[in-house]
Amino acid sequence: MTATVETATETRELTYLGAFNEALRQVMREDPDVLVAGEDVGKAGGVFGHFTGIAEEFGDRRCFDTPIAEQAIVGLGTGAAVAGLRPVVDLMFMDFVLVAMDQIANQAAKLKYMFGGKATLPLTITTSGGAGLSAAAQHSQSLEALLCHIPGLKVVMPSTPYDVKGLLTACIRDDNPTVFVSNKRMLGVKGPVPEELYEVPIGSAHTVQSGDDITVIAYGRMVPESVAAAKKLAEEGISCDIIDLRTVQPIDLDAITASARRTNRVVVVHEAVRFGGLGAEIASQITEHAFDYLDAPVGRVAAPFSPVPFSPHLESHYVPDKHRIADGIRETLGRPAPGS
Amino acid sequence: MEPTPEILQELHHRMVRIRKFEEAAGRLAEAGRLPGFLHLYVGEEAVASGVCVALTDEDQISSTHRGHGHLVAKGGDFNKMMAELMGKATGYCNGKGGSMHISDLDLGMLGANGIVGGGVPIAVGAGLANQYKDNGNVSVVFFGDGASNIGAFHEAANMAAALKLPVVFVCENNEYGEYTPREATMAITDVVDRAAGYGMPGVIVDGMDAVAVYEAMVEAVARARAGQGPSFLECKTYRFYNHHGVQVLGMKYRSDEELEAWKKRDPIDLLEARMAEMGLMDAEAAAAVHARVESEIEAAIQFAEDSPAPDPATLLDDVYTLAGGAA
Repeated sequence: MTATVETATETRELTYLGAFNEALRQVMREDPDVLVAGEDVGKAGGVFGHFTGIAEEFGDRRCFDTPIAEQAIVGLGTGAAVAGLRPVVDLMFMDFVLVAMDQIANQAAKLKYMFGGKATLPLTITTSGGAGLSAAAQHSQSLEALLCHIPGLKVVMPSTPYDVKGLLTACIRDDNPTVFVSNKRMLGVKGPVPEELYEVPIGSAHTVQSGDDITVIAYGRMVPESVAAAKKLAEEGISCDIIDLRTVQPIDLDAITASARRTNRVVVVHEAVRFGGLGAEIASQITEHAFDYLDAPVGRVAAPFSPVPFSPHLESHYVPDKHRIADGIRETLGRPAPGS
Repeated sequence: MEPTPEILQELHHRMVRIRKFEEAAGRLAEAGRLPGFLHLYVGEEAVASGVCVALTDEDQISSTHRGHGHLVAKGGDFNKMMAELMGKATGYCNGKGGSMHISDLDLGMLGANGIVGGGVPIAVGAGLANQYKDNGNVSVVFFGDGASNIGAFHEAANMAAALKLPVVFVCENNEYGEYTPREATMAITDVVDRAAGYGMPGVIVDGMDAVAVYEAMVEAVARARAGQGPSFLECKTYRFYNHHGVQVLGMKYRSDEELEAWKKRDPIDLLEARMAEMGLMDAEAAAAVHARVESEIEAAIQFAEDSPAPDPATLLDDVYTLAGGAA
């Protein structure tokens, strides 16, 4: 699937944040059942600015502040969704997902199944994850593996403004509980975004660049870091096939296995800690579906098994960057680092 | 507002339906004919009946572990209920929910809930939908004294009050959170004291008196429908069976004497005595209601036993809503 589609309207440069805001406005204009609730999302527009101007345009019945009460925020959305609305509820930081986990995992994700299919839950939970802002251990986590483990949820983690707009639209229109994760360090990143409303299908990966020597699977902020690593590796004659998952539940297994069968080597990159992360699942899926094609064990580049540290000096050693990604790729290829 | 004879008949009928259904479920469980857990509502019938008779079919309720009574009171179908308890394909949840997740969204019954307090925020969310659609509907939260100690309750009560949502909080204070007495888990005697902390009016109601519950509920519902926000009813009640299962006497955490004292105020007996005094129902008429409900239960048990088990091919159905509206 290509990054852009033929569009009837102009494509301009928008920021990651601007794409979020525009998608939300356009969906709210077309569907009066969409409303937004969360901490500071009203006149303040959200602590990162996702909701700037939404309350002004749509009024405080459709975009309003809630108490600092994450369980009740998600429950509010769940009950409203079951009762016929299409709510968007915001959990300011992804870390706060843990505060709301009963309502997310035991309630929203399971109601449809437990009720024999009779409930429909068009609920979107938006949140902001990722490290790199010295926000320390309770405001920096990437907890997608926890969410992906829960049947009933869909989880997206876009890496470009184009995908932000298309995936947020798809999430809100989806009749299932979805979690849309913004990456906090990407909010100002610019990219081409069509003016018109469009969807990027949930569950569809995107090949960022084609290559022959190794498959690099990433999502969120690890996509541009992987591209930067690949650029450096190209100088060493290494050609990377980079897949941006975009959706982490469900994952695009076809795209992954097709690439793995072609390149015969795979590295998975994520910001989340390595142990029990998405990389483990993806590596396992590849061994199940492409074992005979592999020339090396699937490699993983991820955060070490510790909380996210505060100090920038420590944090820069914690989050994978282009250097560590390049090292991981070389290791899986059995290539020595340059100069060694 | 003094209830009409029709309301009294309705309160009585719904209480008897709950009692008979629960006693039958208890017998089936004892005989090993029901899989899973069973939390019986016997003793608390006046609460569900008094509350639900004051509601319309469009009003919603969220329920608890002890949810059969709420569903029966909201108009639940015995056949589908019994089939669900037996894990059959014809059950309310196609055998996927069971006793702890029994639900009927068409009746506004948003589900029993396996997580204590888990249904409270959901009913508040339904209240948001009602307020937003301005449809005049009210949502009701049933929860126990035990659930009033959990965070979700406090978050959702505050949220409902802050957003002035059309919600009624109905606390079924049966004096025990599972097997632990209330006085061991909270420093107050009356759960309703908590309502003031959220700026919510609250009243204590005799939870063994269906008429008292109904009257208080009529007031709370009117307030919610008028856009005046949530209110709180604490219904003092008691469960005649154990937290789980069918044991009645000889429990270590509460005395037989205490149980016997509460049973002297059996909510069905109380209403039948009141209706007899008013000349509305003699012993014969009451017995006829009991007999009619019993035969309905027998038919429901037969229906459930004759129903097929779910097809294993349906195991993965309804994890997600599929695009295009198919499920």
